[in-house]
Amino acid sequence: MLNVENGRVDLSHGAGGRAMRHLIEDIFHDAFDNIWLRAGNDQSAFAVSGGRMVMTTDGYVVSPLFFPGGDIGSLAVHGTINDIAMAAARPLYLSASFIIEEGFPLADLKRIAESMGVASREAGVPIITGDTKVVERGKADGVFISTAGVGMVPDGLDLRADAARPGDAVIISGSIGDHGMAVMSKRENLEFEAAIVSDSAPLHGLVAAMAEAGGRLIRLMRDPTRGGIAATLNEIASQSKVGFHIDENTIPVKPEVAAACELLGLDPLNVANEGKLVAVAAPEGAEAILAAMRAHPLGREAALIGRVVADDDCFVQMSTSFGGFRIVDWLSGEQLPRIC
Amino acid sequence: MKYIDEYRDGRLANGIAHQIAAIADAARAYDFMEFCGGHTHTIARYGLEDLLPDNVRMIHGPGCPVCVLPMGRIEAAIALAMRSEITLCIYGDLMRVPGTSGSSLLKAKAAGADIRIVYSTLDALRIAEAEPEREVVFFAIGFETTTPPTALALKTAIAKKLGNFSIFCNHMLTPAAIHNILENPDARKLGTIKIDGLIGPAHVSAVIGTKPYEFFAEKFCKPVVVAGFEPLDVMQAILMLVRQINDGRHAVENQYIRAVTRLGNEKAQAELANFFDLRESFEWRGLGALPYSGLRLRPQYEVYDAEKRFSMVTSRARDNSACECAAILCGVKKPAECKLFGTVCTPDTPMGSCMVSSEGACAAHWTYRRFRAKGRLADAGRAVA
Repeated sequence: MLNVENGRVDLSHGAGGRAMRHLIEDIFHDAFDNIWLRAGNDQSAFAVSGGRMVMTTDGYVVSPLFFPGGDIGSLAVHGTINDIAMAAARPLYLSASFIIEEGFPLADLKRIAESMGVASREAGVPIITGDTKVVERGKADGVFISTAGVGMVPDGLDLRADAARPGDAVIISGSIGDHGMAVMSKRENLEFEAAIVSDSAPLHGLVAAMAEAGGRLIRLMRDPTRGGIAATLNEIASQSKVGFHIDENTIPVKPEVAAACELLGLDPLNVANEGKLVAVAAPEGAEAILAAMRAHPLGREAALIGRVVADDDCFVQMSTSFGGFRIVDWLSGEQLPRIC
Repeated sequence: MKYIDEYRDGRLANGIAHQIAAIADAARAYDFMEFCGGHTHTIARYGLEDLLPDNVRMIHGPGCPVCVLPMGRIEAAIALAMRSEITLCIYGDLMRVPGTSGSSLLKAKAAGADIRIVYSTLDALRIAEAEPEREVVFFAIGFETTTPPTALALKTAIAKKLGNFSIFCNHMLTPAAIHNILENPDARKLGTIKIDGLIGPAHVSAVIGTKPYEFFAEKFCKPVVVAGFEPLDVMQAILMLVRQINDGRHAVENQYIRAVTRLGNEKAQAELANFFDLRESFEWRGLGALPYSGLRLRPQYEVYDAEKRFSMVTSRARDNSACECAAILCGVKKPAECKLFGTVCTPDTPMGSCMVSSEGACAAHWTYRRFRAKGRLADAGRAVA
């Protein structure tokens, strides 16, 4: 039996023997419990109806593993669900793969697995298959998680990165920079006691409400994770070959996040989010989509932050709160490593 | 953010902009240099130039410590960090500064060097205490603002008898650089440099006070206004400079009265004098070797001086010959006038010093203002509202 309270992961937990069986059953199956895992196959079968599917995968290496508002486990569930949801798809199933460093406390592993189980049940997206590997001490940092997911796209919707057109509205679902600064506030060598909580959350419910209100008038959506909304808007600009004109005054930033950014010399536009989306919508749909977002708990602070403009240089320009103009650029190099 | 938002009020800024436009003499130009990278960054980030009349122009000075650090010092730090016993503690913005032939501390780290990003000198001390088997070297850099924390680290290391802590000292002095720019024979030879007034450093002046600038104002007949780093501070300082010029005055004025006094922080100055000596000469990237412009640890603290302790060698390395950093740092040229700007030299692949740090003139211009380089006005009326 596993000594979850005081035990540590050792190499036998990845060796394919009885110890590995115990680890998988006592920690992962217990936390994720569902009929697919109980069936005990190396893969899980599920039936699908006709239509378009999406598939995505993502690796999680966040440091620290536990942060205000979440942990690597809930993040691994939310992040992959959100990548599916950005196609306006309904997420169906997830997989989870763990690379665990020898010596990692079993209690922490259990806590992470339980957090994943809760996140997946709350989102209604079961984890139906997985894998576990253990590597020698020093070859990983605690635990790395990789999740993949599949989802179904509703009939008639086809969101594409190159679909933004001049005149389209740009909408953000809420305040920016919360996740990045929450993680930053817990870094070992950074001791500011700010009450900043990660926004990590599954966005497919919000997206469903938006799709119902806006349908085909939603051109595309992105979740602005690493690189923040600055990177997201620049990505869309170059893929759609358009520019953006956004207004700094309309972008929601929590005062504590703004203050922490100020202290560290960071720009909230570059800081990661894990529970926000940027949507580009046809102008005639913007109002209805915004209203639907604001009626959803994860979109209460949704705001229209600007417009798509014709621009051969694909510049993202921002009128500053001060009354001037500036470019919003990609970040050079790494601002905050291992944020997700 | 209390006490910050007040200094970013767009409505007040517009008021000052109108005052500047109202009193600026249309028959002449006003060319002002902001010495500090902090001001350069504020001007670019908030788009202050959009608020100024065409005949009031800002020239970006060399006041960015990361930008003016010569490549030879970076190379010396890389060589040191590659030694197996060394843990090099650095401020994060040094990571990507290019050395010669594409080297950087970031690449040295990837190649196995133990380089750690710290947020304060105290982090470096903590590492030295926690890992007594490592030789922990703090890469000290910056103007008078960051020198007192280095002095404090040294003082603490001595008090705690930390035998494995030392400092690679690259502290520089702002007055020496300002003097050089105003008196620069090369710039005079070029004949294009015209500086009507100076915006003096913010945080540096909190330490050294406004008194050191009185000499420049007097000798070169240039008005100096010490200003804070917030956008309203800069706008107000520009207004004060325009007024001085219109009145034919050249005084040192203090816009940043909430932090700066004439004599500065005398306690910090005393600590600096305790621990540091002037170097006879120190090389500035772009400006060359400037007399009495750098600091080193005093001889009695030699054991804490990484240059001595590890017999570090600093060679002189030259910038790319097409790079116009020197002319840009003196205000002779603008970033967009450099052939490398935005072509091979961008913040992702900086060739010259001004593109390295976000406070550098070229990086600020590229990051926030490059639509200007294309002769475009923001939006140019193309927005489909």
